[in-house]
Amino acid sequence: MNDLVNIFVRSIFIDNMIFAYFLGMCSYLAVSKTVKTSFGLGVAVVFVLVITAPVNWLIDTYLLKPGALSWLGSSYSEVDLSYLSFIIFIAVIAAIVQLVEMVVEKFSPSLYNALGIFLPLIAVNCAILGLSLFVQEKEYTAIGEVSVYALGSGIGWLLAIVSIAAIREKIRYSNIPAPLRGLGITFILTGLMAIAFMSFMGIKI
Amino acid sequence: MKNLNLIKSPVNLNNPITVQVLGICSALAVTAQLKPALVMALSVTVVTAFSNLIISALRNTIPSRIRIIVQLVVIAALVIIVDQLLKAYVYDVSKKLSVFVGLIITNCILMGRLEAFAMANKPWPSFLDGIGNGLGYGLILVIVAFIRELFGSGTLFGYHIIPHTFFDHGYLNNGMMILPPMALIIIGVIIWVQRSFNQSLIEK
Repeated sequence: MNDLVNIFVRSIFIDNMIFAYFLGMCSYLAVSKTVKTSFGLGVAVVFVLVITAPVNWLIDTYLLKPGALSWLGSSYSEVDLSYLSFIIFIAVIAAIVQLVEMVVEKFSPSLYNALGIFLPLIAVNCAILGLSLFVQEKEYTAIGEVSVYALGSGIGWLLAIVSIAAIREKIRYSNIPAPLRGLGITFILTGLMAIAFMSFMGIKI
Repeated sequence: MKNLNLIKSPVNLNNPITVQVLGICSALAVTAQLKPALVMALSVTVVTAFSNLIISALRNTIPSRIRIIVQLVVIAALVIIVDQLLKAYVYDVSKKLSVFVGLIITNCILMGRLEAFAMANKPWPSFLDGIGNGLGYGLILVIVAFIRELFGSGTLFGYHIIPHTFFDHGYLNNGMMILPPMALIIIGVIIWVQRSFNQSLIEK
């Protein structure tokens, strides 16, 4: 249990997707103009992460890893399909995003309207594929750890995009040097926020 | 002339990172040292050029409803080839790049160029467009990595550049440079400089 809390806190504050790994920067920069839309996108990312990361972990553990196929019989125990992981992960993500979109549209039209255009965009958000690859690299052994890690990373991403959106809403009233307006200042702001987030480093629960 | 422009414009006025805002995700994390940045830039250039070429050659046969998944499959196949090559020939760099080779798949430059250029143009111009965008991306990567490695660890490609006498007189490496936040701030400054020279790029 302690482990899970530790993973959760680490993935939100210390290994933050945006500030430590720069994952999902494209949509982070493009959609962070207002708090409302960025919150919508953030929720959609959390949602999709929590579903795709465990599914990809299961596929990796039981199909792709070296020796993962040994449950089929001893003659398969030497098979190593790990070179296929990129193509399978991205296919799974694209399929799940499509599926999630259909399910949400059917069962919760209000949520669908809120997430709206963001869901299809998420298939090519690097944060999603990145997390699956990180999970593969970190060699987690239980699905609980993977889910908590995905949830924490998603919340960290949500936190980052909502806070930059809030700052960008305010900064419209400031007098920034013209060439720095828009993209430039957003980068520098993100950098400063990342420095602030580094103060969480070393926290251990 | 027109073809030359396809290579030249993405390097400056239409730079994928500072102007089109594509592919930033992987651009920043690999720039703490020059060598991984250069390898990453080369890989992205190769993948962009060839995926543009392949998709452009197939553009009339791909049904538009399933084009995204076709594009993803082509890109993923190319990235797997690149990944295996890196693992075989430059294993240490491939370890350093870790997940970021795989993340070339979702690098927005690829999808962006495929959608914006390759789907509407002949294979050869698309190929050049891919090379140009790869170079524009690589240029920024190399600039950022150069600054970070030089001031962060005093080396370039792992060789010591800052003379030892400097250190004897109290010069210190700026440890901040190696940490992730500086990559963002350096890119912000690059954008600032570029836009000061090209007034047309300034946002209203």
